[in-house]
Amino acid sequence: MKIHEYQAKEILRRYGVTTPRGKVTDDPAEARRICEEFGGRCVVKAQIHAGGRGKGGGVKLAKSPAEAEDWARKILGMQLVTHQTGPHGQKVLKVLVEEALDIAKELYLAVTLDRAQGKPVIMASAAGGMDIEEVAAKDPKAIARVAIDPHLGILPFQARRVVRGLGLTGDTANKAAKLVTALSRAYLEMDASLAEINPLLVTASGDVLALDAKMNFDDNALYRHSDVVAMRDLAEENPYEVEASKFNLNFIKLDGNVGCMVNGAGLAMATMDIIKLYGGEPANFLDVGGSASQDAVKNAFRILVSDPNTKAVLINIFGGIARTDRIASGVVGAIEELGGIKLPVVVRLEGTNVEQGREILRNAKFKFLVAEDMASAAEKVVAAAKGGA
Amino acid sequence: MAIWVNNDTRLIVQGITGKEGQFHALGCRDYGTKVVGGVTPGKGGTVVEGIPVFDSVAEAREKAGANATMIFVPPPFAADAIMEAADAGIELVVCITEGIPVADMLKVKTFLKEHPTRLIGPNCPGVISPGMAKIGIMPGHIHKQGKVGVVSRSGTLTYEAVWQLSNVGLGQSTCVGIGGDPLNGTNFLDVLKAFKTDSGTEAVIMIGEIGGSAEEEAAAWIHAHFDRPVVGFIAGRTAPPGRRMGHAGAIVSGGKGTAAEKMAAMQAAGIHVCESPAVLGATVKQALGR
Repeated sequence: MKIHEYQAKEILRRYGVTTPRGKVTDDPAEARRICEEFGGRCVVKAQIHAGGRGKGGGVKLAKSPAEAEDWARKILGMQLVTHQTGPHGQKVLKVLVEEALDIAKELYLAVTLDRAQGKPVIMASAAGGMDIEEVAAKDPKAIARVAIDPHLGILPFQARRVVRGLGLTGDTANKAAKLVTALSRAYLEMDASLAEINPLLVTASGDVLALDAKMNFDDNALYRHSDVVAMRDLAEENPYEVEASKFNLNFIKLDGNVGCMVNGAGLAMATMDIIKLYGGEPANFLDVGGSASQDAVKNAFRILVSDPNTKAVLINIFGGIARTDRIASGVVGAIEELGGIKLPVVVRLEGTNVEQGREILRNAKFKFLVAEDMASAAEKVVAAAKGGA
Repeated sequence: MAIWVNNDTRLIVQGITGKEGQFHALGCRDYGTKVVGGVTPGKGGTVVEGIPVFDSVAEAREKAGANATMIFVPPPFAADAIMEAADAGIELVVCITEGIPVADMLKVKTFLKEHPTRLIGPNCPGVISPGMAKIGIMPGHIHKQGKVGVVSRSGTLTYEAVWQLSNVGLGQSTCVGIGGDPLNGTNFLDVLKAFKTDSGTEAVIMIGEIGGSAEEEAAAWIHAHFDRPVVGFIAGRTAPPGRRMGHAGAIVSGGKGTAAEKMAAMQAAGIHVCESPAVLGATVKQALGR
């Protein structure tokens, strides 16, 4: 799960990370008052879940309260496009108004899971404020990595090692070590999957602050963090995905026009891949669960056909424990309950009792396009989506 | 021949009194697996369809001679169930449970360092040695005894591969679902090393997914140490970065873990990489020269 910058900063402050003073608002007049409170110079920052907000025009320096109001008015409601939002962008509904600080250095600091080592790892770099993926690609040595023991937490010498990796010395180094320790604790105690400060700011007077902050959380651990769940912002999520999540369907909206419904995440990805291989574009990723129950299929169908981009649907089900004939009845029942649908539907069933399953589909009132294997299913659905069925 | 699961397997089911646990305990028994008991704390002394239930894994090991366990315990308690089994000296732990927090798995990983137990999963379909025994939720009857090893991060996509193999007349030695989570007990490399010691495995299908670098590490090892044909597939070539594709581990992040990187590494290691998931069985047949 993702949260906003202002929410991540709220959490990090609880652990002792210093941040600039700031307040969040959806009202330009309020932005002016906040700017006045902070001495008349501030930064107005769009709050959306995607990164790259500055480059997209969603972060602006205001040199007066009037300017702050102006920028807030322009940013609020804008469709902010960054390299992470896709071409349609994300609507800005809140801005964070923060005091403007003098920047001496911009550094990078993050904690995430190193899957290969099976340990959390702290990543630190003197090249902050930039796209860290670019830094990692161009000059991997510019990033210091320190693995930490998840049970012991970060040890003081490890925090000092991270800070040396940031190129800091003296009193600033001590302040930074405290911040590194606080960030690691927040990561571990909050079941985060990523805790990132980019940039980490060093001021002219040697103070160390989180100028930006990002936290992602392990979805599997949300049951023990009701405070994090309360931070979920549905406006940031695709409405189709929100709807699907109500029925425990794994759904991700994509840009193509071939809707797909598959049981199992691996097979669902493979189905998207084969659609692409045959010249089509998947409209979504959708895993209805291994057993593909009638209820799951019905809700999945409803969501797929409610998307005007969907021009054809491919159902790819491998019936294992759940028998194929039962699944076929479920699919037929779901379409009947929805009062029939107008899109071409290609069905590929395989597995237990497959002959009976295909028979049920052939005898149904709704005319399914029945495919015998994955390759011909992909071929048929791509043709159907192009209008050549 | 087979790896890890065979006629000597004596299985218990942790969480046997739950709906799923009971259903699949019976499924394993019907397939021919020796299911010698179940464990649900507080329900010791009861019987589920003729299978005795114990209060603890230690008791099940002592009284029923269990050497393997299959776990259906809900996510908040699953890590504890794994560690209890390891503490009781169970050799093979297969954890089916999906949704265990990463932090809990970090504890499990540390705990298992001091125990010789092999953990498979979590969030996996299990292990089957066709004709001998199955520990898991896979449909037994699509399998066929034979000489192709299968290792995969996914469930239904593995069934797909197995079905294709069976349909081209190739049976399987052992099929291992290692699970879709970012941290798991057994990795591609562990399974491949075991297949290497198994004279009954003549070829291997390896089915990976986007996310992490386990496929790349396995490919490097195959190149250096494995002389039997390997057929590979990576699911998720069309997945957008930063999105979790159903499995917690299937995510391209920080520009790492893409399908293209994995397929290139596998190709460089001499693995027969399939572009299409529809030709896995046929490709193995070809690679074996049949």
